[in-house]
Formats: sequence, C-alpha cells, structure tokens
Amino acid sequence: MGKSLFEKVWDAHAVRRLVNGQTQLLIGTHLIHEVTSPQAFGMLRDRHLKVQYPHRTFATVDHIVPTNESVEPYSDPLAQGMIEELRKNCADNNVTFFDTNTGRQGVVHIVGPEQGITQPGTTIACGDSHTATHGAFGAIAFGIGTSQVRDVLATQTIALNELKVRRINVDGTLPPGVYAKDVVLHIIRLLGTQGGTGYAYEYAGTTFDEFTMEERMTVCNMSIEGGARVGYVNPDETTFEYLKGRPYSPKGTAWDAAVEQWKSFASDPDCTFDDVVNIDASQIQPTVTWGITPGQGIGIEESIPTISDAPTQSERDSVAEALEYMQFEGGSPIKGKKINVAFIGSCTNGRLSDFQEVAKYVKGHKVAAGVQAIIVPGSQVVAKIAEDLGLDKIFIEAGFEWRAAGCSMCLAMNPDKLVGDQLCASSSNRNFKGRQGSPTGRTMLMSPIMVAAAAVTGEVSDARKVFGFASSGI
Amino acid sequence: MSSTPIKKVTGKAVFVPGDDIDTDRIIPARFMKCITFDGLGEYLFYDVRKTESGENKNHNLNDPRFAEASILVSGNNFGCGSSREHAPQSILRAGYNAVIAGSFAEIFFGNSTNLGVVCVIASDADRKIIASAIEIHPELEITIDVEDYKIWYGDQFVPCEIKLGARDSLLSGNYDPLDELLVGAVEVSRTASTLPYMQA
Ligand code: SF4
Repeated sequence: MGKSLFEKVWDAHAVRRLVNGQTQLLIGTHLIHEVTSPQAFGMLRDRHLKVQYPHRTFATVDHIVPTNESVEPYSDPLAQGMIEELRKNCADNNVTFFDTNTGRQGVVHIVGPEQGITQPGTTIACGDSHTATHGAFGAIAFGIGTSQVRDVLATQTIALNELKVRRINVDGTLPPGVYAKDVVLHIIRLLGTQGGTGYAYEYAGTTFDEFTMEERMTVCNMSIEGGARVGYVNPDETTFEYLKGRPYSPKGTAWDAAVEQWKSFASDPDCTFDDVVNIDASQIQPTVTWGITPGQGIGIEESIPTISDAPTQSERDSVAEALEYMQFEGGSPIKGKKINVAFIGSCTNGRLSDFQEVAKYVKGHKVAAGVQAIIVPGSQVVAKIAEDLGLDKIFIEAGFEWRAAGCSMCLAMNPDKLVGDQLCASSSNRNFKGRQGSPTGRTMLMSPIMVAAAAVTGEVSDARKVFGFASSGI
Repeated sequence: MSSTPIKKVTGKAVFVPGDDIDTDRIIPARFMKCITFDGLGEYLFYDVRKTESGENKNHNLNDPRFAEASILVSGNNFGCGSSREHAPQSILRAGYNAVIAGSFAEIFFGNSTNLGVVCVIASDADRKIIASAIEIHPELEITIDVEDYKIWYGDQFVPCEIKLGARDSLLSGNYDPLDELLVGAVEVSRTASTLPYMQA
C-alpha cells in the first residue's frame, strides 16, 4: 500500500525509537529568530554543549525589529539587546544570520522559502508556531518550544510522536475576490480551532494544484490556527519552478537529482488517510473573523452569530465572551463595522503577490479619513522587488504607510501596536485578545484585498463591490 | 539531566475560567522581550489580572485566598496559539506545576511536559466539581495522581486523563529528552548521511 508524504518524510528522518515510545526525528533544517532562541543558546552554554550541525541552522530577526526606524541602537533598548544577542550567538556558533544589513532579512517564514532553504521532502523546525508555512513545499515543518530549539541545536533532532494525516481536498475554482486566505479561514471555521489536534493536514485538490507557491504558503501558514501542528501540499512543477535558481537551491546536475528525489516524496495515489474532508471551492466566500479566535469567521454577507444560536453552553459562553470583547452585537451584519487601523503584512500575507494584488485595486483610491493604514513587506527581498515595481508609490499615493520588513503589527513586540480598543482589519493570522499590542485592541482577520477595501471605505466592506470585481455575480 | 520522577502533584488550586486560553493571554507578547526566562513569572496572565492602568482586576488570580495555589484549573483548548515556551515557563516560574484543563493545544502540552509541568485532562463536569470545591474551600488540597489517573480533592476524587507517552516520561523522570537524544549521536549522523540536503 502506498504512503503519504508525511509518512515518507517521517520514515526518512526517523533516527530511532525512544524509551517513552516517541521517535527521535532528525531535523534537517532549523530556522531561528531572536525571541525563542537566546534562552536555548543559554541552556547550551550551561551544559557546555555545542551546536552540532551549524550549517543546518539559519537565523533571521523579525519580531522585534522596528519597521519605521533602521538605525541602531533602536529606541527600545530591549529590542536592541535581543538583536545583539542573536548576532553574538550566531557568530559564536558559526550559524548563518540574515541580518538587517544583508538585504535578506525578514519574517522567518518568508525568508526560508525565498532563499531556497525550504525544500521538499525535508524536515524543518523553528521555535515559532507558524513553521507549517514551509509545508507548502512538501516539507514536514514543525513549530517547537525553546527547550526543543536547544535539542535541535545540540543534537539536530527532537523527540516527537507521529501524527495522523487528514487530507483536505479543495476542488474547483474560487469565485473572483476569494483568495487563499479565505480558503484557510473557511477550513478553520469548518473544522474548528482544535480540529487539527494530533493531525498533519495534507492540502490537496484542484484548487491547490492551481495555487501559486505563495497561495499555498498562506494556507499552510494558518494550519496551527486550526490546531494542526503540520500542514503541507505535495510538491509539483509549481514547487520546482519556484525553487529553481534560488540562493540555496541545488544547482546543475544536483538540481535534476534533487527534483527526482523531491517527486518521490509526494503522497502515493493509493495511500490512505486517517481522515478526508472535501470542500467545494465555489462555496467559499470572502471571510472575516468577528470574534477572538480564528475559527470565529463568517462570510462577508453573513451576520454575526447570536449567543442563543450556539448549540452548547460552552459555545454560548465563547460567543458571549467574544461579542463582549469585540463590542459587537449578535445578529448584526459584519459589513459596516467601522475600523481604525488597517494592517497588510505578516507571514500569512506579506509576500510579493499579496502586494501586487492589492496595488492593482487600490490605485486611484484613498485611505478613509481617520484610518491608519500600514503595509509591511515580509522581507527585504519582497520590499526591494515591490519598490522596483513601483508598488510602494501606489500605496503611499493611496494613503498607506510603506514600512521596512518585519512582523510589525502582527504581534505586540515592536512599536507597531493598536491603542486602546481600536478595531483593526488585519491580514495576519491571530485575533486573540490583546494580540496586536493593546490589551483591549480588536482584530478582524481577512484577506489583504478585504483589508484594503476596509481601509478605503473606513469600514468592513465587500472588496468585490468596493473595487468592482468583474463577474463577481453579486 | 534525568530528573526526579513525577508521580503526584499536590497543592492548592486556583480556577481560571474560560476556553481557548491562548498563549498571548498566558504571557502577553510585550513581556517576551527578554533573553532569559528568569522573571517571566511576574507577567503570567498579566492582562487577565490587571487593567490597562495596571490595577488589579477582580479575578481569582488576584484573590489572596488563592495566593498559595500551585495548580491551575481551566477550560478547553488551554495553551492554544503560539509555540512559545514562554507560556509554560511563566506558569512554572509563577509557582504552578500542574494544569487541569478540558483539553490542551498540542505544542503547549509538549512544551509543558518537557519542563515537568503536569497537564491532565478532566471533563467539564469534573472540572466544575473541583472549581466549586476550591471556591468553597480555597485551602483544599488537590492531588493529581499521574500514575492512577485521579484528581483527589480532599478525600474524594474525579478521574483524569493524560497522554500515555507524557505519563511514562513523567513517571520515569525522563520528561526532558535531551540526554537520550544526545546518546543517539552516531545514529543521527548515519541518518543524516542518507539525506543529500544535509551534506555540508
Ligand atoms: S508575522 Fe506574525 S505570525 Fe508570522 S512570525 Fe511574525 S509574529 Fe509570528
């Protein structure tokens, strides 16, 4: 019987069985950033251990870098301390660091793929829960804790339980104005924020076949929001095309051999899955979250749920808590909620294609009065190409602030933060209470185009109407 | 670094109500600008406990009756969100060494177990029983018996679940896997040698 990609990659990297039944799994590629690695290097020092495979760890700095000041020392001494600590740890241990002066710095999940470090059939770990992003290439990519970062540094392995595999087939063509972000918000809405616990998600179907690598990354990125630690797409020509010629991609004859090997990792047609879910792409709507978990999403035409709609007491409690925090009334339309801030960026939607798509539509529009709109490239490479294409000018002309690469307002570790109970239309991946830096700040997750529509109208809007999408059928 | 086996955890408990308590709530990201985990205990549940102006909210975690608690009782999907170990580290450093919840997010569960923070699952009804017992008697001693799958409150108990692998690791004192991983070095390099991308 055939095997899934997950099983093949797992088997190729399984070192041995541990006493407690877990597997010692080789981690081929280790990515680190400034927030979750310094303590791990400290633990290594305490135990007089060295980095075992320094050429397989790659570092970048993303969470704490300010996106509106580039000269060090940064105004925040804590941020300065963290970047210096990473610099020192990388230098002391011979680890490659894509520092801010390399032109290659950026959000770790954007840097890995664009440098060609992320490759099919590999195992990847990073002390960051959105590591599943790299699964878009047919890698098995895990988010890990800092003690496990220590384990990878010291042994290039971690102790892990094997996961089950759920195949999620999305078939058909997405309606105009519906994007990869809507697909993943829809999946999480359907399967819940805990639905993926214990599973790796294999995303497949004709919709995924037709997706670009950047679209696949957007979906894999949010696997963890659905409770799945791992999410992946089988590698195909689109994958190889993307990787060809990247700095760390194999070259010459090694390239051909690599492609052959990569192909062999794809799930066999006759393999079985622990679960299969089928989704019709034509039914997916532009999706917006109204609550405080990524599973609390609805189509733009829908109304916010009421407390009494929820079937169980615990769900009623969740809806009540979310409505209170968001200051929304159950039963009211999601459309028309006035926003204060619009944020386009993050490892979910901070890639070139996101910016190209937004630029296409915001041209000729202006950010509404009273709205702060910021647009933040996910990496210096993205920033450079976008600027070469003149996209920055289009955004600035429309009233957006064009920033330097980093995590920015996705989370509260740099100067970009919500203030008070501001409501933010955001292309990021988390809408938890306080996520964007103010303990009462409110986040609504949506696609970059929907954020752009909210920015120019000042309220949650249907981008298809705002930007006059052709043949949207509405 | 084989540690002392953890068969039981005994202590007073505090109830933190709510499902989907995410890692941002356990430790807000703005307190993660640090290069060691020392001192993180101070910021555990900061925004749950404090108002924006830094005053104490009316919450069990601020209630002097529960000041000595070393066990957290909470809802479903505890620890969802980020993979940051800052969350279990702040729990541990604030003096808690066990969490009783309806379910746990996977990465949080793994991170906690590696640190010897015991995470056990109890049903909604059973957690309610414990929560009301400690509400009436905050000084009540709670014992999580990892070996026996029981949570004792006073002289009564409710059943609990814990993942088999985690239970074995706690009972044998092998919950920090580093030593065992280090022992496998030769096999690791053998596996690495079969993978073209691992070559320098
Ligand atoms: S962009 Fe957001 S989700 Fe992605 S790594 Fe940065 S903080 Fe995490």
